[in-house]
Amino acid sequence: MSDTLDIRVVVNGVTYERAVEPRLLLSDFLRQTLGLTGTHVGCEHGVCGACTILLDGDSARACLTFAVQADGCRIETVESLGTVARMSPLQEAFREHHGLQCGFCTAGMLMTSVDLLKKWPLASDAEIRDGLSGNLCRCTGYQHIVAAVRAAAAQRKDGSK
Amino acid sequence: MKPARFKYLRPASLEEALAALGEHADDAKLIAGGQSLVPMLNFRLLAPAVLIDINRLPGLGAATEAPDGGLRIGALTRHQTLEWSDAVKRRFPVMHAAVKHIGHLAIRNRGTIGGSLSHADPTAELPLMSVLLDATLTASSARGSRTIAAREFFLGPLATVLEPHEMLTRVDMPSLGDRAGWAFEEFARRCGDYAIAAVGAVIGVANGRVTDARIAIAGGGGGPVRATRAEQSLAGRAIDDAALRDAMQAADAEIDPVGDLQVSGEYRRHLIGVLVQRALRGAWQRAHGATA
Repeated sequence: MSDTLDIRVVVNGVTYERAVEPRLLLSDFLRQTLGLTGTHVGCEHGVCGACTILLDGDSARACLTFAVQADGCRIETVESLGTVARMSPLQEAFREHHGLQCGFCTAGMLMTSVDLLKKWPLASDAEIRDGLSGNLCRCTGYQHIVAAVRAAAAQRKDGSK
Repeated sequence: MKPARFKYLRPASLEEALAALGEHADDAKLIAGGQSLVPMLNFRLLAPAVLIDINRLPGLGAATEAPDGGLRIGALTRHQTLEWSDAVKRRFPVMHAAVKHIGHLAIRNRGTIGGSLSHADPTAELPLMSVLLDATLTASSARGSRTIAAREFFLGPLATVLEPHEMLTRVDMPSLGDRAGWAFEEFARRCGDYAIAAVGAVIGVANGRVTDARIAIAGGGGGPVRATRAEQSLAGRAIDDAALRDAMQAADAEIDPVGDLQVSGEYRRHLIGVLVQRALRGAWQRAHGATA
């Protein structure tokens, strides 16, 4: 039995209308229903941060949101940032500073960083680390991730690139 | 790691939500930010037949300053709203400091004060603040509303006096008046983790003496604890080493910390003593303008 509800969401600027089971997590909706596999799923209980997306502009755990709750909302995933040929300045900073190792946590790190860069001065590494604390990297490559966000924050201030 | 099936309702008004809650009561859960509830659903620790999504109820998402300098907070006010609220920062700096410790960025973006209080995690920051700041909570149901003092609200870990058909709708924090001293001290292993223990203190000082002290402790029992005897021990005194020692000893008799996977009860007891002293020292210094 599948009692579904019709939802309409705008993901990365594209409107999708789908029928979903209420219990379908937004993370599974993005990956399996829409095929947007850039969003990764780690712990499925809101601890690791790998599935972080932007929900109406604010970072949120896709695994702690049901797809049906996103009805009428705007979502941005890592696919919204850039392409391999044309990466966003933040992605470029991650590449430049070796901010990814295995890459599993990267999508979440990037989407959290987008929110951080929007809201916080990020004037110190302590502030950056505090902001990234909800995202786990099991390669433990945090130094490089912090360096990448620091560079992106500085670049944001310059207004260059 | 996937939730069991449920029926999803998304009421558009408070009346509609309360009617749905009244109808389904024991079989239903309200979902607001979902930051504690959805993990429990994903683990199937909970499997409600009906999920009532209250995120879109109008008029419950803001914190506004009351004419007397207090704060009226709608139950759907998200942690990030409190974090960035000028009124919170000016009127209740102790709460502003505490909110920064709640979870992580993405969790503060979604989590709500009504959800945090209703969930009643024993070491969560907002239950502690509600007890420290003598908040009055409004619980509504299809039958009407009642107010509950925060100190009467928490029964134990994840347990409150809310009835299954009731929903928390509002939190009122009365003005702190001229109590200028405050401090919030929390200890957690990692930034954003649940606290192992936390202490909030608010004091009023006149002529170099404490006129009024409030001390609230998280991690000292099944819910937030007001250390009333420790508070009384400070009345009319300057906060010096002897006063700190007396307050710590009084507080020690008012708590019953338990051990868990992280630490033993004894560790927690010791930690709370340290945090009580730190908080009182910090509040005393702030009351004298020693720190901004």
